[in-house]
Amino acid sequence: MNSSFYSLPQFSRRFIPIWKRNFMVWKKMAGASVLGHLADPVIYMLGLGYGLGGMLPQINGMPYIAFLAAGTVCYSTMNSASFEALYSGFARMHQQRTWEAILNTPVTLDDIVFSEIVWAASKSLLSGVAVLVVVWVLGLSHSPLSLWIIPLSLLVGLCFASVGLIMTALAPGYDFFMYYFTLVITPMVLLCGVFFPVEQLPQALQTISSILPLTHAISLARPLMNNVVPGQFLWHIGVLLAYALTGFYVSLVLFRRRLSQ
Amino acid sequence: MNAVLSARKLRKCYGDHVVVDGLDLSIRRGECFGLLGPNGAGKTTTLRLMLGLIAPDQGELRLFEYDVPERARPARMRVGVVPQFDNLDPDFTVAENLLVYGRYFGISDAKIEAKLPGLLEFAGLTGKRDAKVPILSGGMKRRLTLARALVNDPEVIFLDEPTTGLDPQARHLIWQRLRELTARGKTLVLTTHFMEEAERLCHRLAVMDNGRIISSGSPRELIAQNIEPQVVEVFGEMAATWAQSNAIQHAQRFEVSGESVFCYVDDAQPLLHELLQHPELRYLHRPANMEDVFLKLTGREMRD
Repeated sequence: MNSSFYSLPQFSRRFIPIWKRNFMVWKKMAGASVLGHLADPVIYMLGLGYGLGGMLPQINGMPYIAFLAAGTVCYSTMNSASFEALYSGFARMHQQRTWEAILNTPVTLDDIVFSEIVWAASKSLLSGVAVLVVVWVLGLSHSPLSLWIIPLSLLVGLCFASVGLIMTALAPGYDFFMYYFTLVITPMVLLCGVFFPVEQLPQALQTISSILPLTHAISLARPLMNNVVPGQFLWHIGVLLAYALTGFYVSLVLFRRRLSQ
Repeated sequence: MNAVLSARKLRKCYGDHVVVDGLDLSIRRGECFGLLGPNGAGKTTTLRLMLGLIAPDQGELRLFEYDVPERARPARMRVGVVPQFDNLDPDFTVAENLLVYGRYFGISDAKIEAKLPGLLEFAGLTGKRDAKVPILSGGMKRRLTLARALVNDPEVIFLDEPTTGLDPQARHLIWQRLRELTARGKTLVLTTHFMEEAERLCHRLAVMDNGRIISSGSPRELIAQNIEPQVVEVFGEMAATWAQSNAIQHAQRFEVSGESVFCYVDDAQPLLHELLQHPELRYLHRPANMEDVFLKLTGREMRD
């Protein structure tokens, strides 16, 4: 096999025009996109937060809806990056042959994959900010530290975009992504403390939960919403970064193999 | 010699399948060079190797002064590509497609903006500046792809089957534009399986089959080297039977294909005289062309 598949990524500033291209496409339907980023979390938070929350006692000293807000931020940013990296990324790579067009210019595959990750993370950033605005408007958090949610959204986006691109690199078609959402994303939502504290789970599931990236994202977001500096924050950031870097490298190797055929 | 591109003993395999098998070629500045071959001959793979998009298993390749694929990035700064399949951005207008593509070369928006009218005029799309790509016809899309390939003012333009799928009007317009480009001193490298295209446009041709170049030269040289100058095509139910008994006496070579017989001759007169005795057979007498060469070199069997 070709050893150049495994060489380390080479970065250049040429990823920026690709990011701008995606932004230009996004701008054409920005209204629908922003509405989606706002409506989805609002519906969740209001429905579950007030509906279910009304029957629940406080969790860790906060009302259920405030507890849910931190989970929703992470859940939304994860989803934004995942959908972008899988469905939209696959469309650009395969269906529209956008990558093929770009590869005929001085831009390399390394630049393209990096731009996909940065772009998907940008969508996460937008999504995170949208939820945060809702949280502030609803008065669920008055924490100055909650501003740290903004860079956190970017980090969560980098993490899930990189991991998601592994699926994109392996996918024969769009149907393949159902496996990822059904077998990875949905269980993650239930295991990582979006809707209820992880401590409610049996010990075995708690162990699984502790290695999943969403758990670490929520471990950072929830204290920040409550104006508390998260415990072991370097560790949580490190895990998210490790997922991002590993996902980037593995997906890049897989894309190099796929596009050399 | 003033070569913009040279390949030596280039080899590329996918698994056990040798797609490009010891390719040697050299392309001169300012010429239109055609790679001919049936489907699966290795033309597109050769183009991808030339652009540094895939790495050869063996051999050397130089584009301008750069070793490819190692230094493909600076080499690709100076080339334009018209791909076989449409990959325009469907979300963008005609002008936006050119703008966005120019940015990949690091060209400033102002510079691309200044170039736009010229590019649109060349592509015959001046009135379609703000039209979205999905509403363009096949010919317009192909012309836009050609304009897009010129956005960086390339020295060499690679075209992978540039007129496949176009109607004759659209095809002739593309040919005219390609001739204008060679007149401006651009080097063109194109793949095709339209012999008429190859004969009209290309200064030099290489016929590929099974990953090898089996013959190369100018269209006239290829015809002169490979085939008798005159062709008499004979049609009719009895043509094959007639050929076995009669054509063999007057033709250097003949081929039967269904109810047609292709007779290849140096002098057609004796054969035409003989055909006068057979009013039940229709015939066409013409000079030999690239299609005859191509079929002789690559055979008449179907390819996939």
